[in-house]
Amino acid sequence: MENLGYLGAAYAIIFGVIFLYVIFIQRRQAKLDERMRAMEARLAEVRDHLRRRSAD
Amino acid sequence: MANTFTRTLAALTGLLMFAAIYMTFVFVPTEAEQGIVQRIFYFHVPCAWVAFAAFGIVAISGIFYLWLGGQIWDDLGYTCAEIGMVFCTLVLVTGSIWARPIWGVWWTWDSRLTTTLILWLLYGGYLMLRAMAGDSPQVARFAAVIGIVAAADVPVIVVSVRLWRTIHPAVLITKQGQHGLTDPRMVATLLVALAAFTALFAWLLLIRFASLRTRSRLAALERELNLIDAAAGDL
Repeated sequence: MENLGYLGAAYAIIFGVIFLYVIFIQRRQAKLDERMRAMEARLAEVRDHLRRRSAD
Repeated sequence: MANTFTRTLAALTGLLMFAAIYMTFVFVPTEAEQGIVQRIFYFHVPCAWVAFAAFGIVAISGIFYLWLGGQIWDDLGYTCAEIGMVFCTLVLVTGSIWARPIWGVWWTWDSRLTTTLILWLLYGGYLMLRAMAGDSPQVARFAAVIGIVAAADVPVIVVSVRLWRTIHPAVLITKQGQHGLTDPRMVATLLVALAAFTALFAWLLLIRFASLRTRSRLAALERELNLIDAAAGDL
């Protein structure tokens, strides 16, 4: 079982890095979803305003 | 539909990864010369495979972006450069951890190690450009050119152990044209690990690409909204 520490370190780093990358992607996606919701609300507001202005 | 496919792929990746871990730690025999540390090989090589495949896609999408234009090619290239960078980093780190007990050093300026480090630096430059210079079409064109030129290093890395004197083992294809895996269980373990990492790559590509597509759509909507704002006056 010589060098078991090296083996453990290598696999811990591989799975640790992949896990962190997946977390990074999910966080980015959550932020983008939030921005998208805000954008859709703003677009609805603009459309509503334009509709009222053209009706006047 | 897309979510179902992504979830199915995630489940498949998990299954394959579990099988690869089981085979690496239980099924495969310990290599006679290097001992237990040689088992790093079963995940080190798939990391390299994913990095090279990702950088290959960066180059192909770069060619399509320069040829046809289209944000989708730029997003695909950016996604693959990011994933390739993650796995290229893992190749260098796990290779270094493997080298320490076998060669007695963490790093040596061997041809394969050096060309891999050059690849890492080139795509590091690509990602820095993307992060610092914004999202203009000009930056995307520069990035496409860098992505294409940098990918030329991939075949150099692959053949480096056959072209130059090196201490890096030529495990997959030796100078005699054979593979260096002595036991069929080693081959089977490597193949399962390669399948697991290919599935992982496809899953990461899907979720990160979807994220970048959302970002691009958001940027387009923001531009449209600014134009409407400007045309309609203060809303």
